Amino acid sequence: MTREALAGWGSTSPTVADVRWTTAQRLPAQLGEVGERGALLRGLGRSYGDAAQNAGGTVFRLDDSVHGVVLDPQAATVTVGGGVSIDELLRVIVPAGFFVPVTPGTRFVTIGGAIASDIHGKNHHRDGSFGSFVESIELVLADGRVTKVSPACDPELFWATLGGIGLTGAILSATIRLIPIGTSRLLVDTLRCANLDELMSQMLANDHRRRYSVAWLDPLATGAALGRSVLTIADHAEPGDLGAAAGADPLSYRAAQRATLPALVPPAGLINRMTVGLFNELWYRRAPRRREGELQTIPSFFHPLDAVGRWNRVYGRRGMIQFQFVVPEDRPDVIHTVVSALAEHGTPSFLAVLKRMGPSGPAPLSFPAPGWTLALDVPAGGRSLAPLLHGFDDLILDAGGRHYFAKDAHTVPAAIRRGYPRLGEWQAVQRRADPHGLWQSDMSRRLGLTHAEGDHR
Amino acid sequence: MNNGLGEPQRVVLLGGTSDIGLAIVRALCSPALRRIDLACRDTAAGERAAADLRADHPAVEVEVVGFDGAQPETHQTALDDLGRTGDLDVVIVAFAQLGEDGGVRDAAAAARLATVNFAGNVSAIIAAGNVLRRQGHGTVVVLSSVAGERVRQANPVYGGSKAGIDGFAQGYGDAVAADGVHVLVVRPGFVHSAMTAGRQPAPFATTPDRVAAATVAALRAGRRMVWAPGVLRYVFSALRHLPAPVWRKLPIN
Ligand SMILES: Cc1cc2nc3c(=O)[nH]c(=O)nc-3n(C[C@H](O)[C@H](O)[C@H](O)COP(=O)(O)OP(=O)(O)OC[C@H]3O[C@@H](n4cnc5c(N)ncnc54)[C@H](O)[C@@H]3O)c2cc1C
Ligand SMILES: NC(=O)c1ccc[n+]([C@@H]2O[C@H](COP(=O)([O-])OP(=O)(O)OC[C@H]3O[C@@H](n4cnc5c(N)ncnc54)[C@H](OP(=O)(O)O)[C@@H]3O)[C@@H](O)[C@H]2O)c1
Repeated sequence: MTREALAGWGSTSPTVADVRWTTAQRLPAQLGEVGERGALLRGLGRSYGDAAQNAGGTVFRLDDSVHGVVLDPQAATVTVGGGVSIDELLRVIVPAGFFVPVTPGTRFVTIGGAIASDIHGKNHHRDGSFGSFVESIELVLADGRVTKVSPACDPELFWATLGGIGLTGAILSATIRLIPIGTSRLLVDTLRCANLDELMSQMLANDHRRRYSVAWLDPLATGAALGRSVLTIADHAEPGDLGAAAGADPLSYRAAQRATLPALVPPAGLINRMTVGLFNELWYRRAPRRREGELQTIPSFFHPLDAVGRWNRVYGRRGMIQFQFVVPEDRPDVIHTVVSALAEHGTPSFLAVLKRMGPSGPAPLSFPAPGWTLALDVPAGGRSLAPLLHGFDDLILDAGGRHYFAKDAHTVPAAIRRGYPRLGEWQAVQRRADPHGLWQSDMSRRLGLTHAEGDHR
Repeated sequence: MNNGLGEPQRVVLLGGTSDIGLAIVRALCSPALRRIDLACRDTAAGERAAADLRADHPAVEVEVVGFDGAQPETHQTALDDLGRTGDLDVVIVAFAQLGEDGGVRDAAAAARLATVNFAGNVSAIIAAGNVLRRQGHGTVVVLSSVAGERVRQANPVYGGSKAGIDGFAQGYGDAVAADGVHVLVVRPGFVHSAMTAGRQPAPFATTPDRVAAATVAALRAGRRMVWAPGVLRYVFSALRHLPAPVWRKLPIN
């Protein structure tokens, strides 16, 4: 057990907790030793805000090994420990001809984290979120009991755990349906769009043609170029699509990290209007006006940021806020307003991603909802950033939208109550699973998500 | 909890009627702020300050509790009680007395002043720090003063107590950093407030609002020390090194 400062990927609000590495076998008994500040499971800390920290309390981390991964090729399912990462999982399943049904923009997330955030990927418009592919979850409850939940067995607790940000129990393992793939490559179409309107109409016209679709947009472009962007849509390639060289080994999978950003970045970070302007300009110019059928690898299509370890350090000591929300399909005006307000404000955001989402899943706290989701990074120390973001919140909620827990670092309890009208329903299930408030996190305290905090002893 | 924008949800002001303290509290108001606790010895005056805050920030809960800086033995209980109603994100230690200029003859009065300004501040900071350490997060803002940078002959008890609390707060900040507790030392110059009412302003005189703005900016940036106004840092690094005979004759003395 070590006392350690923990922060999210945005590095904004570090707090100190007792960190304990443990295993699925040892964890149930250890829950009895937890103090009044409660306990939480932490994966790889890739949520941006305070979802995976528990100030003054205990934070457990699962020391899972990839040897525990059990692939059933006939059923196309895998049973995997909650602490195993998608990175480790892909190394096992891709060569066997399978892919994860949903992957986020980084492969360094755990299965526990993927379930607890009910993550979505570039295929959400077609396939839904991670939860659509989870067959069952093995959970340790607050009282130390181990139970298995599924859509058939205690569906309420199953769905409350999906997107339940770690507050219903510890995910020891899960069985997940995989998708079969013929190759480890993707066939990618790229389309450059001059502005936001063009982008949105291209997405509406093309999304359904492919499994994957996502757009990167230049958050600094203003005026007629507002929302200029690069749309990529893709499918898994079939063996016949590969050339002779790659065709010899169609399922080869190599994912390497080329460099890790050192901790020596100046405290103010490297992110300013100039560096970011240059980056976005280059990215936009580099993209072809239109290109079809380009072959890309899994890492380069899904996880380009993972090429540089700890890239979040470019933001310096004060860190960054990642801001992600969804608004209904008939409210593209909110996306317009947010993008233009940020561009005018001059906030140097170097990542802005727009995606169309499909229908919501059954989980009460799951983020995805049909419509447009925008995600962007901004340096946290920026002048007058706070009023700007709080202003966006009202706009988003008035439009019937909501914020994503995995990214959130700044919303207030009332915003969550408006964005997630089923919070009360989730709380009832959460309270049943954890009547004395063992599971606690900085996020649950900040947003008042659970009520029985602190009397679990 | 502080959010990612550095906005606290709960702020406690020890010395709940302090002009500078209340200005900092106001500067920390945001849509995230949920509760303010004013801890003061004059709770009637505290209620008046609370009423003003409630009028301006209707969504924020404002509470007033009794707190006597001159009774260090009560501080831990007072802070523990506050901590029981939820996490404390920022605790501002703003209680102090200026005393009388030239008050270097009355030993008992000097000790009373030192008790409030030094012993009482030390115990309040430790009591708050103990709550924050258990929480694993939180910030103590300590109102020091340039008066402690080079102590003036006109009021050495005040200046000496500020020198002491300034040094203590810095060392304590280092001691509790690993527990997630941050200590910010604020060194204002002459501030137009109740404390200095009727006195001749010193050079670079400032206002509680400006001290508050500098304090909040320093909090957001995670700094450990802030001067208000900032120029005093350079002024005092010069004054500090003046030979005593020259310093003694300066008009600011
Ligand atoms: C570069 C980047 C790109 C991203 N792209 C996407 C994206 O495209 N789509 C998307 O949906 N998300 C995306 N994310 C967010 C990320 O997928 C989620 O935050 C995910 O939850 C992180 O997993 P983790 O293992 O790091 O979990 P952590 O961040 O450590 O924890 C997240 C939550 O899961 C809980 N948790 C973790 N393990 C367990 C367990 N064993 N049992 C119970 N609860 C547990 C924690 O308590 C916490 O509430 C991205 C993040 C980054 C950094
Ligand atoms: N004003 C300046 O020029 C200046 C400059 C540098 C530093 N500072 C420091 O800034 C801090 C705030 O000062 P200020 O300018 O805001 O003056 P202020 O308005 O007079 O505030 C001082 C506060 O301390 C309280 N206090 C005094 N003795 C107390 C006790 N025994 N128990 C509880 N509370 C007690 C006072 O309460 P009552 O009203 O009940 O007395 C008052 O609320 C002080 O530490 C001061 O030394 C001030």
